[in-house]
Amino acid sequence: MLKKVIELLLLLGIWIALVWSIQVADVIAGFLVSLVVVLIFSDIFPAEVFKMFNPVRIFWFLLYIPVFLWAVIKSNLDVTYRVFHPEIPIRPGIVKVKTSLKSDIAKTFLANSITLTPGTLTVDFIDDNLYVHWINIVSEDPEVETKIIVKKFEKYLKKIFD
Amino acid sequence: MSDLVMTLLSVGVFFNFAGCIGLIRFPDIYNRLQASTKCVTLGTILILLAIVIHFGWNSISIKAIFCAVFILLTAPAAAHAISRGSHRAGFPLWEGSIMDRYRDDFPQKPRE
Repeated sequence: MLKKVIELLLLLGIWIALVWSIQVADVIAGFLVSLVVVLIFSDIFPAEVFKMFNPVRIFWFLLYIPVFLWAVIKSNLDVTYRVFHPEIPIRPGIVKVKTSLKSDIAKTFLANSITLTPGTLTVDFIDDNLYVHWINIVSEDPEVETKIIVKKFEKYLKKIFD
Repeated sequence: MSDLVMTLLSVGVFFNFAGCIGLIRFPDIYNRLQASTKCVTLGTILILLAIVIHFGWNSISIKAIFCAVFILLTAPAAAHAISRGSHRAGFPLWEGSIMDRYRDDFPQKPRE
């Protein structure tokens, strides 16, 4: 029940931000729409999100944002370089790496982060194994691959979500 | 329109352009997804950031910020779905690829 109330308030907040008005009619309309959405889709909302209401986790999340944005910028410069280079310097392939993260939401964030960072794209996720398409393979040793691709995000995501 | 807004717009359009060139130049679907996902995500976010700075703090900026967050969340998910679907449908990697651990674990059926 508490979970549904929090979800309702969250959706209502997003509605008000999008409509950008706090007139009574707008708020009532938003409340009704949020109520319908919560009643239908409440089950697929991941309950693990509520662990986030914790100062330590929020602190690590704020630290994670610049690390992530820096990785996104580096990955764009890397891809742009490969795109405009006359010989297209790529050594592509799909590698298999392991992660020690447990919760689903942490794994989702890890997969999304890997996709947006230099030269890697998550193809599939089965149990603890990530299959990652890598545009420039530097090593054929799974240990080294795991270290390069996964470790830099794992230490943050472990503190945020696990 | 200030210099900062113009710079952000230009860099954003440049990254989107690089993504499109990559879509044509790279050899197979997986490499093309790399170019399109990364460059188009950052390029579009920079354009949305230019909108936020240009219009200040009002309803247009809020919508731009929501768009940026949803692009960050959905672009990788779409790339994952397309690459996984293509691999399962039997599209092989480019001949110059080094290895394919996914094919070793889940053998591909040749396409008819």
